[in-house]
Amino acid sequence: MSLNVESTPLTAVLAPPPLRLIDDTGHAVAESEGGGFTMPAVDTLLDLYRQMFLARRFDVQVTALTRQGRLATYPSALGQEACEIAAVAALSPQDWLFPTYRDSIALLTRGVEPKDILASFRGDWHSGYDYPKHRIAPQATPLATQALHAVGLATASKLKRDDTVALTLLGDGATSEGDAHEAFNFAAVWQAPVVFVVQNNQFAISVPLDKQMACRTIADKAIGYGMPGYYVDGNDVAAMYAVISAAMDRARSGGGPTLIEGLTYRIEAHTNSDDPTRYRKTADVDLWRSRDPIERLETYLVAQGALSDEMRASIAAAAEKLAATTRDCMTEQAVIDPLELFEHVYATPRTALAEQRAFLAAELDVDAAASAGESEGSTR
Amino acid sequence: MTRQQTHATDIVVRAPESLTIAAALNAAIRDAMVDDPTVVLFGEDVGPLGGVFRVTDGLYAEFGETRVSDSPLAEAGIVGTAIGMAMYGLRPVVEMQFDAFSYPAFQQIVSHVAKMRNRTRGKIPLPIVIRIPYAGDIGGVEHHSDSSEAYWTATPGLTVVSPSNPADAYSMLREAIASDDPVIFMEPKSRYWSKAALTLPVQTEPLNRAVVLRDGTDVTLIAYGPTVKTALSTADRATVEGLSIEVVDLRSLSPFDDETVGASVRKTGRAAIVHEAAQFGGYGAEVAARLTERNFFYLAAPILRITGFDIPYPSPKLEEYFLPTPDRILTALATWEWS
Repeated sequence: MSLNVESTPLTAVLAPPPLRLIDDTGHAVAESEGGGFTMPAVDTLLDLYRQMFLARRFDVQVTALTRQGRLATYPSALGQEACEIAAVAALSPQDWLFPTYRDSIALLTRGVEPKDILASFRGDWHSGYDYPKHRIAPQATPLATQALHAVGLATASKLKRDDTVALTLLGDGATSEGDAHEAFNFAAVWQAPVVFVVQNNQFAISVPLDKQMACRTIADKAIGYGMPGYYVDGNDVAAMYAVISAAMDRARSGGGPTLIEGLTYRIEAHTNSDDPTRYRKTADVDLWRSRDPIERLETYLVAQGALSDEMRASIAAAAEKLAATTRDCMTEQAVIDPLELFEHVYATPRTALAEQRAFLAAELDVDAAASAGESEGSTR
Repeated sequence: MTRQQTHATDIVVRAPESLTIAAALNAAIRDAMVDDPTVVLFGEDVGPLGGVFRVTDGLYAEFGETRVSDSPLAEAGIVGTAIGMAMYGLRPVVEMQFDAFSYPAFQQIVSHVAKMRNRTRGKIPLPIVIRIPYAGDIGGVEHHSDSSEAYWTATPGLTVVSPSNPADAYSMLREAIASDDPVIFMEPKSRYWSKAALTLPVQTEPLNRAVVLRDGTDVTLIAYGPTVKTALSTADRATVEGLSIEVVDLRSLSPFDDETVGASVRKTGRAAIVHEAAQFGGYGAEVAARLTERNFFYLAAPILRITGFDIPYPSPKLEEYFLPTPDRILTALATWEWS
């Protein structure tokens, strides 16, 4: 059933041009188009460029490892680097990030080691980094559920009179979930210091945005909740950084939540098990490849005389080193004791779990004895 | 009553007061909030109104908006934000106004509350208490009388408890709030106004133990929450008929106290479980199965389940036909061969 096949979606007709500071061709826009936001300092832009470059290399490397069958799955964020890196760059050390499964490069940018990011994708454990240390929640798989956690944490920060702000990443599809609505509403009613960054990559696996909603933009929804909303060019890292930073400052100073929509595009498939040729045109993908966020900033920085060949070479070298580290962490597989399965379910020990643990331990002993016997036999 | 006699000792020792379960729960939350500044309470109507069952009466006035607050009307939102608060060092106590109104929060409870500690290899514990008034016998309209315990007990990572009397209500809620594990705290709403003489604060006991409320020799009758009273009435009636029933109040549904219940079953050789929820796939199925697995050679008869029928909870005029009664329990016990 396609309810909206006869009418042209409002999204296409009425969506205003997104707020941007650097246009598709790498030129600064006229001040009137910047929505009152100013261009970040050159040093900040250089740092954003470096982080995006590294993130791209990591993403490409992990996708390659997945295609080689060495990882169970990897949802790529290729093409979405501006949203991801701007969001992390706008965080202060005390802030908390609530990411989804697609936001591995955000984890990388916040300092999580590649081996810890890949722990879940290679199947070691469902999640594998030090959350309190990095102040990053586990990557959420059920859509929009983490947005409520972000609102709760932000509210706790407010109750304790701390200056911690929570930022959560969401996708366009996730905004159809009830939890997204509840998160937006709770945040606005409680004036929670939280920033919602919706990466509108235009597809929820295969379903385009005009089958998710009938309004112009996701950012428009903010007005219904009583908070500011911004519709931003999600491939313009300068604009994303400026808008998110302003929202973080506002949240930190007691101004409440903000909803930011970054219009971007998922260049890769949803995951390696997806076939995007079934639902979108190669020409569309090519169009969005031409709007690449990294190339755009590079053009701008080169024109400004801020990015030398030496700097580019140095960043490229760092990226290759990161790719090597990422490959290397696949060779040193973590050994996980199966008995750990019982360790973290409850803080309070349970007799029934102790019994089941003993059962598995006995099975493991039998297996170990059997393989010891085999290897003894083979040496004879 | 001994009220007049105890009056003179009020000066030195607090006399036992006649307290309802609702009042005991209220006192437990209050005392926990006094003892621990990280305990916060929120939900629908828990503020100035004091909850639709008045369990949170007076707490808003005592602790103010930063500790006690009315939330927007959205259960996934209530539980989801409680998770974030727990991640930031608070101990949220939240209310799902009625059993069936907890279902919008099902995903947050099952996918996150229950799994966060395990997912993060112990790095993110979630000390959250989710209070759920449950079960029927209140003449409620549809969606106000469900017994939803089996949904929660089937979920690893959750602790599920249900008190049957004021002393346990106080003790168990204090323990639940103090626990580093998330607890589904199921309050039998038909028993909110059951009274017992009680001096608060009572000494709390670990959350994981069942208790033998009445000694008997012929049958172990296992109950929890609202059916404990039914089981005790059944034991009274049976005495007249010369049948000695031992009544076990589970208190904790998950974990299940195999030790206490198993000892009773091995002693009597016969067991029956009573609950309001439907029978098929209900909590009683697990009780019967594990008791049989572990105590088969002590059993003189199959373990019986006396429960609600396998139908949706009925309307007020028909609920009396649905709920387990002493008559129905005694009739069921009479189906055993007694030699």
